Amino acid sequence: MTKKNTYTGEFYQRDRYMHPPAYAEIYKTSVPRSPKQALISIENSLSEITGPKFGHNDLGELDNDLIRNYAQTGDAIGERIIVHGRVLDENGRPVPNTLVEIWQANAGGRYRHKKDMYLAPIDPNFGGCGRTMTDEDGYYFFRTVKPGAYPWRNWVNSWRPAHIHVSVFGTAFSQRLITQLYFEGDPLIKKCAIVNTIPDQEAIDGLIAPLDMNAGVPLDCLAYKFDIVLRGRRSTLFENRLEGN
Amino acid sequence: MPQNLNYLRETASQTAGPYVHIGLAPGAAGFELFEKELGQDIAGPNAKGERITITGRVLDGTGSPVRDVLLETWQANSAGIYAHDEDPRHNEVEQGFSGWGRVISDFDSGEFVINTIKPGATPGRNGATQAPHINLWIVARGINVGLNTRIYFEEDRDAHASDPIINLIEQLHRRDTLLAKKTGENTYHFDVVLQGENETVFFDV
Repeated sequence: MTKKNTYTGEFYQRDRYMHPPAYAEIYKTSVPRSPKQALISIENSLSEITGPKFGHNDLGELDNDLIRNYAQTGDAIGERIIVHGRVLDENGRPVPNTLVEIWQANAGGRYRHKKDMYLAPIDPNFGGCGRTMTDEDGYYFFRTVKPGAYPWRNWVNSWRPAHIHVSVFGTAFSQRLITQLYFEGDPLIKKCAIVNTIPDQEAIDGLIAPLDMNAGVPLDCLAYKFDIVLRGRRSTLFENRLEGN
Repeated sequence: MPQNLNYLRETASQTAGPYVHIGLAPGAAGFELFEKELGQDIAGPNAKGERITITGRVLDGTGSPVRDVLLETWQANSAGIYAHDEDPRHNEVEQGFSGWGRVISDFDSGEFVINTIKPGATPGRNGATQAPHINLWIVARGINVGLNTRIYFEEDRDAHASDPIINLIEQLHRRDTLLAKKTGENTYHFDVVLQGENETVFFDV
């Protein structure tokens, strides 16, 4: 129970100065959907340090290949890219065997969703979602097409920068995180109300994936690197008993 | 300058957006892509305990249902054991019990339905006991960081009196926002109010 330097203690508290606040006037939909009362901070119990586990049996062979996993007549249309990186915790340790799920618009900026009315066409060969498990080093990768920018109703002329939604589990329910990946050099990032709900420039920079020429495949596809950091936890140098028995 | 602590910083959260279903519940959103949709069977076929159904809606600050919400649930089995290796008793969990589920609200009515078993009481910190509860994580367009709350059950009021989490809620009437109301033999109703009067208690976990 008191093994030296095993990270089995409480999770570090979430840095609320860095995450977007619930209420962000510039992102209009958050106005009626944001709690006004303060969150109640609770210390970790078993309910927070446990969480769901997934296995490779849960996944299909093409689940991480968005160019092929919905293909009917051929590959999805668009700029072919690999998105890869590692899932780490705040201690810098890899998070192995954890589920990473992504979803995105197609190369024209259109989602395959009945609520998306944008005039850009659906790509019959592109579904727009994928999932994978990290390996022992916390490493993951997807193959997809670079999503297009698209307009949305916030101000009259609001456009989302190209982005991929990313969902990660970690080992505990308190590590659960959804974020968005943006692409290096996109001039729409600075103008985006959703990006700018984040009050901390360094945290915004952490969502921007750099072009990674070394990881691309010559004459086939480019690559972008996106590391994801989940909450870290205390080492149990001294005994602590979250489960209390 | 002192030394650098060398911690990494957690990646910032961003809203799940209006199309979260594509990624996390494509089958429920109406298109077949994956062979196996995750989070559709919380309890599995062998779970002991009372089979229950919880229906409800997530309401915004104007009282309108949020019709593009996704909820994830995480709970112990009927004996109060989590299916996770950090629960000392996890080997006793029934085969097929995951304790984790994913539901979306109906695109028209905003209603969600959780089919599961009623969890047992779980150990809290320092020897305390937590009353039966389901941990809930809520994401949607307009929610910038996923919201954590808990569903407790109204018939367990005696256990709530000593629940360490419920007792952190200073305003007594707000405690009721965490209670699922019994509507039938095995059915409950639980609404989440994001903002305003009767706003649900949310936790920073």
